[in-house]
Amino acid sequence: MVSLSNRTGTNSMEANGNPPLLELTGISVEYGAVRALDDISMQIHAGEIVAVMGPNGAGKSTVLKAVMGLAPVVSGTVYWREQQLAAETHEIVKEGIAFVPQGRRVFTHLTIAENLEMGCIYLNDRAEKFRRLDSVMELFPVLYEKRRDYASQMSGGQQQMLALGRGLMASPELLLLDEPTLGLAPIIVREVFSKVAEISERLNTTIMVVEHNIKGVLDIVDRAYVLDKGTVVHNGTPQSIRDTDILTQVFLGSA
Amino acid sequence: MPFGTQRIRELTGLVRDPAQLARHARSNIELWASLFIIGWAIAFMFWQGVGFAIIIGTVFAIWAILSVSLNLIVGYTGLLSVGHVGFFGIGAYTMAVLTSNPAYEQLRTEAIPTFGWPFFAVLPICAVLAGLAAVLVGVVFNRFRDDIFVLASFGFAIISFNVFLNLRPVTRGAFGIHEIARPQIGGWLFDGELEFLLLCLVFLALVMLVSWFIVSSSFGRVLTAIREDEQAIEVFGYKATHYKLAVWVISAMMAGIAGGLFASWTTFIDPNSFILLESVLMVSIVILGGLATIWGSLLGAMAFVLLEEGMRFIPYLPAEYIGQARQAALGIMLVLLMLFRPQGLVGRYRL
Repeated sequence: MVSLSNRTGTNSMEANGNPPLLELTGISVEYGAVRALDDISMQIHAGEIVAVMGPNGAGKSTVLKAVMGLAPVVSGTVYWREQQLAAETHEIVKEGIAFVPQGRRVFTHLTIAENLEMGCIYLNDRAEKFRRLDSVMELFPVLYEKRRDYASQMSGGQQQMLALGRGLMASPELLLLDEPTLGLAPIIVREVFSKVAEISERLNTTIMVVEHNIKGVLDIVDRAYVLDKGTVVHNGTPQSIRDTDILTQVFLGSA
Repeated sequence: MPFGTQRIRELTGLVRDPAQLARHARSNIELWASLFIIGWAIAFMFWQGVGFAIIIGTVFAIWAILSVSLNLIVGYTGLLSVGHVGFFGIGAYTMAVLTSNPAYEQLRTEAIPTFGWPFFAVLPICAVLAGLAAVLVGVVFNRFRDDIFVLASFGFAIISFNVFLNLRPVTRGAFGIHEIARPQIGGWLFDGELEFLLLCLVFLALVMLVSWFIVSSSFGRVLTAIREDEQAIEVFGYKATHYKLAVWVISAMMAGIAGGLFASWTTFIDPNSFILLESVLMVSIVILGGLATIWGSLLGAMAFVLLEEGMRFIPYLPAEYIGQARQAALGIMLVLLMLFRPQGLVGRYRL
């Protein structure tokens, strides 16, 4: 088990100087007449945990959907290892980006093991599939305990662990988490965050997490983007966010 | 770390613990439903004699092929289709046109093209043509989901019926096609009812085997995932439309085979065998037996045929009311089932 205090801010230093793993330049997204994202630019470096925060309707989830090719991007480019990223979801998955959608979205009529299997479509090697199943179940002991059960028999927190594990089955380099603590009890929220930190630590996976739960997420991330009304209003370390009143401004409205 | 089979079985949960087996045994409504229907079938056989039971058995086998194949799309993939009869009809008309007796056809007015091919050469063509039609229809239908899909499949059933009725140079419309060939291997003609029953059962077994392979493979698990949450599965890089099209075509090919068997068995078909009601009955059988279970569809088809044919022998019921009484009884049975056991006889899911 990894303690949270050791984590913060280690990877961002290594990242300095290297080209970003994922780069969004001038991304705008429009849902009909509504402009959800307006000229957003972001850089994610390998090994980082980056939070995307902001009030409801700020366009947090849309950032992840734009990366995954699930949102109508009207302008701008997403670069993956300095190459333009494909537009189709299945091509993006092949590149090594996994998305854990909001609201867990587990398949309730499949068992835990079968749910996990859904996460690795492009893996034809049977032995490798079981090796990954083994390592994911080692990371999430609860999934091993309940592996025979249907996902519908799990609690919300366990389903969230399953959703995380299913994302990891693709052995991604970049894991996109959309509100992983939505609707969970505070004690489970802490558990989810510590798991996210553990994933980053043990698998060296780069993680981009959209979160509502500011307190918990600032403890585990290296950097955070604060969004408001479709634009980035702040970008910096958790400390720089705690030092300013930027969150108060965007969440409660500036005075 | 070495990866033994035992470890793999343990990880995937294939090793069942006794507690789980006990949990299964406690929900034994399924067992009783199966025993009751099979017992009913055996009693029916003794009551009405083996000769009649053989005929009923053939009807059952054809309905069972249709319902098992329909369950792949309605039950496993969650696409409620009432257009299955269209593929059944395409299979039947393929068999009829390609195998009907040329000597007989020449004597009739409005001659249609005849070929007089043997049954076993045409049966694969029935499957292929039904599959081709399914590709064309499926590419369009893939844009729809839920209620709109039901309406679209409804449209397909109506259109296919009207094609059978009005494409007279090929189907001879309402007059139907006579003298459809019976199966023949060398000099051995399948003219006996028992032989035909066995042939149908062989094809039923094949269809069940293929269905079983599909649903127990990772392909089948993707279908279940599509049924549960199509958008979520696409996030993992699956192209849901490809999977849906694949299972739609496989299911249609099975229906095409059922159509070929049906045409050859009755030796006469007309468009009235391929009306929308038949499709509704197929969906009813799937719901009656239970969604996403092969055994359930088999049981549903058995119960349906026993009910339908069994009503014939209800005492004191005038013959002219039997037809209506059958449909009323089926309707009442479905309403009762939806009230008290919405997951069907042996199913786990609700519609």
